[in-house]
Amino acid sequence: MTAVAENKPAYDGKVLDLTGKSGARAFKNTLATVLIVLAFAVAMIPLLWILFTVVSKGYHLLLSADWWSQSQRGITVRRAGGGAYHAIMGTLIMALITAVIAVPIAILGAIYLVEYGKGTRAAKVVSFMIDILTGVPSIVAALFVYAVWITVFGFNRVGFAVSLSLVLLMLPVVLRSTEEMLKLVPDELREASYALGVPKWKTILKVVVPTAFGGIITGVMLGLARVMGETAPLLILVGYSKNINLNPFNGFMGALPTMINQDRTELALPNAADRVWAAALTLILLVLALNLLARLIARFSAIKSK
Amino acid sequence: MSSPDGTAPPDRPDGTAAEEPRIEDLVHEDAGPTPRFGGLASEHAEHEAAAADAEVMTESGVEDAGTTTAPVTPTETGGKLELGPVGHLGDRLFGGLARGSGGLVVLIVAFVGIFLLALAIPALIDDKSNFLFSRIWEPGGDQPRFGIAALFYTTVISSIIAMLIAVPIAIGVALFVTYYAPKRLAAPVAHAVDLLAAVPSIIYGLWGILFFAPILRPVINGLSTALGWIPLFEKPPGDNVGVVFTASVVLAIMILPVVTAISREIFAQTPIAHREGALALGATRWEMIRLSVLPYGRSGVVSASMLGLGRALGETVAVLIILSVPNGNDPWNSSIFAGGETFASKIANNAAEFDSPEKTGAYIAAGLVLFVVTFLVNSAARIIVDRSAPGTKRPRRNRRAGAATEGASA
Amino acid sequence: MSVNRLFRVGSVAVASLGVLALSACGSDPEPAGSSSPDSSTSSAGAECPKGTLNAEGSSAQKNAIEEVISKYNEKCADVTVNYNPTGSGAGIKQFNAGQVDFAGSDSALKPAEMTAATKRCAGNAAVDLPMVIGPVAIAYNVDGVTKLVLDGPTAAKIFQGTIKTWNDPAIAKLNAGVTLPSAPISVFFRSDESGTTENFTKYLKAAGGGAWTGEPAKKWTGTGAGKEKSAGVAEGVKSSKNSITYVEWSYAVDNKLGVAQIETGSGTPVELSADSAGKALAAAKPAGTGSDLALKLDYATKAPGAYPIILVTYEIACTKGLPAEKTALVKSFLSYFVSKDGQASLTDLNYAPLPAEIQTKVEAAIQAIS
Repeated sequence: MTAVAENKPAYDGKVLDLTGKSGARAFKNTLATVLIVLAFAVAMIPLLWILFTVVSKGYHLLLSADWWSQSQRGITVRRAGGGAYHAIMGTLIMALITAVIAVPIAILGAIYLVEYGKGTRAAKVVSFMIDILTGVPSIVAALFVYAVWITVFGFNRVGFAVSLSLVLLMLPVVLRSTEEMLKLVPDELREASYALGVPKWKTILKVVVPTAFGGIITGVMLGLARVMGETAPLLILVGYSKNINLNPFNGFMGALPTMINQDRTELALPNAADRVWAAALTLILLVLALNLLARLIARFSAIKSK
Repeated sequence: MSSPDGTAPPDRPDGTAAEEPRIEDLVHEDAGPTPRFGGLASEHAEHEAAAADAEVMTESGVEDAGTTTAPVTPTETGGKLELGPVGHLGDRLFGGLARGSGGLVVLIVAFVGIFLLALAIPALIDDKSNFLFSRIWEPGGDQPRFGIAALFYTTVISSIIAMLIAVPIAIGVALFVTYYAPKRLAAPVAHAVDLLAAVPSIIYGLWGILFFAPILRPVINGLSTALGWIPLFEKPPGDNVGVVFTASVVLAIMILPVVTAISREIFAQTPIAHREGALALGATRWEMIRLSVLPYGRSGVVSASMLGLGRALGETVAVLIILSVPNGNDPWNSSIFAGGETFASKIANNAAEFDSPEKTGAYIAAGLVLFVVTFLVNSAARIIVDRSAPGTKRPRRNRRAGAATEGASA
Repeated sequence: MSVNRLFRVGSVAVASLGVLALSACGSDPEPAGSSSPDSSTSSAGAECPKGTLNAEGSSAQKNAIEEVISKYNEKCADVTVNYNPTGSGAGIKQFNAGQVDFAGSDSALKPAEMTAATKRCAGNAAVDLPMVIGPVAIAYNVDGVTKLVLDGPTAAKIFQGTIKTWNDPAIAKLNAGVTLPSAPISVFFRSDESGTTENFTKYLKAAGGGAWTGEPAKKWTGTGAGKEKSAGVAEGVKSSKNSITYVEWSYAVDNKLGVAQIETGSGTPVELSADSAGKALAAAKPAGTGSDLALKLDYATKAPGAYPIILVTYEIACTKGLPAEKTALVKSFLSYFVSKDGQASLTDLNYAPLPAEIQTKVEAAIQAIS
């Protein structure tokens, strides 16, 4: 700034203008680069720290085969041993049921919002409702399902009830992210498809959805990651069991977040603390595996559609 | 109509044979949707005209495609257009599915809302205190008195701080990953960030209170020494780090991966033509981002932020672990360096002791307020997005081009 | 077609997930010490039913019941017992709603709860069985202070907030020769409603000489900052200097916190131990009449060597009315819980064993369940 001011009287206005402007632009560009890199660095510190904490404290239990094949039956907080099989299976079963219910509704709902209902009053109502659903805290979703499933219908607390409440949490995440991805598909692509006489539904399935597939998968994964890590619905809607139970319609069921929750009150005890971090790491790895699988599917289908 | 039926099978869904007798109906019903399309289009026109929206061009183009194929197919028998009837059956099925899903969402939310309201209203009627403005929370018993003022304050202030920290950083990270980082670095970073979205919130809470809070202690002490004259930053005596500020920072870290992941996907979708156009006109990398990437991704970033905000407002276990709860005797403290309770942490902390419908109702009423808050913020964000960018790509593209030219000509 | 392909891809994904998940068929770990000779267990009636028993309630007895379940499974391997330590109120609620087979609670059933429980037991009374004695420690973290003595009134004043600093004359008088800092006292309390809070405030009310102004309740009415559950307050004290809280003994020990000795008026301050806590329980009287085993504790006891702040966790079960196979399970498990073997395993976990007299009564009550 001062340099520019000093230069002003000394040089020809035209030359000065150019250098000054481009200087400011270059400075802004550098500033933006610095800020963006800085943001990245600032973000990475805590995130890597968390990952490091979980991995370094949890990995050694995961190395044993028992961890992947045994339950915690008979293992008290003070003892070592046992595994997370019961919790892994519980988490997978509940997540799978949740996804099977939520993902089709969410993707079709997003297709409705973007492709069919755009601008209509009905679409606005749907959009409004999703905004409301985004605001449902997990604990309230759980209380709602408790009120319906247990108080009204008189059923027992089971894994399926948890899945029902998780659907409420997963739906808006997947729907909103899918909607954003579909919106970004250029209209030119749709127009080209229509111009070739391809009907709308085929255009959506063959052109629009494949184009946005990567993004949709990201949304589904985010949704799954969120619901698999939820603790509150598990606490309210299914008892934690240290034993293996693979039936989502009967009995208490283990899950990784509730396994963490059981042992987190005993972090002062080394064996319990190990299990907390190991269970967290297992959960992260499960989501990672799902992620990789999803990316594979995305890549597979993307190549085929070209 | 009948002849394509014979030629079509290879390309058709399995049900065609069964459809045969109903082809007549099919044709009849075909007439149905056409006026509806018209109605739809006129609604569009109103809406879009109000918004000065150029998109109507493309939309009506779509409808034209639909309506032109419809009347043509029954008359023509050529193989070229045999896609038509299939398309219509498929369109009705698929469109119906999509509409049905939309309707289902509405039904679900309406059911949840009505059910929860039904649970909350009796408790609200019994409330002897002002529900919106009281800071007392003593539900249940003969004289239930409860209000949400304190919960509301803590929930909102912690989420605001979390958003202030998380959103700019998330945008930065997303831009870094999409347009700054070398390709070799970008993919692993993107995966690492995705992975962090998978860390359960309970772990953020444990990590926050065990490892992160101690290093925040000097920050808290420093900020309160420097800004302590403002009530918001006044630190109460004691050595407690389980305060609103700590919870906010951990919430920010927690929602960062969510916001980053979605923003990244959206930034990456910016058409190459826009970006390279800007660069070709002499824009610097930052100008390219400001002129093409950011406007293109604005709505998406807002949606991503709203998902993050929804998570921050409703986060239960992490907040519960970190935040200390003020006792009922001390005067209420608005400082972010004091303890507090959010809606979700309050409900979770007491869920084990819901022993009467009135008590449960009081907590559900608090939960309903949380819906309303989230919804209002969401709507506000949407309005802001719609105002700042009329929601279409074409005018923006023009603006962008114009701006880029300006930049280049200068 | 793209739909078909999507379906195909989807089904492949689901299938591979299923394979991934089921490839390792899980099992239960081998019981740790199963080889130990257990021929001495003559009292437990030897017969082992089969099935699953679900229970829920007090978090104060979590470690105790987990240990007992583990030991019980060494004997009866075909019984699965699940216990959810969600809190006493939740336990009673779920028990009354028929969601669990028995509940654990830090306080005996109140009349209204008894009515609901009777309904749940198909018209038969439910019974409070005192089972686990958990001493409550006054745990502190003050640099350089390894031994702290408090009496009822001083403790009440600290937790009420009328004593604000560590070098207050009232504390100094009880701790001659200890250098106390002038720092303010950070009090941590349980922010959730808890039986521990209820029992502790009963003590403060009874022994505080009027310094505690609130009524004993599950919800804290004193001063300080609230943290969630025992783990929360223990962690709060551990990470904050010059702090104090009340917490189950085991948490104080596990987190290596200082535990205050209590001057009950007997002349010598009482240190917390399984023995001193047991002595206080021996002084307890039955609160109810007849077969009701609810206890009335004497928090203001001056008996020499008796540690007055204790918490009794009751198992709440139906006297009659459960299906026969559940009744067999409940009887079998609870009989083991109250047996000498069952109780003996608790001392290592910083609980106190039931005094012999109460143990006999509880055993009889369990045998009467049908």
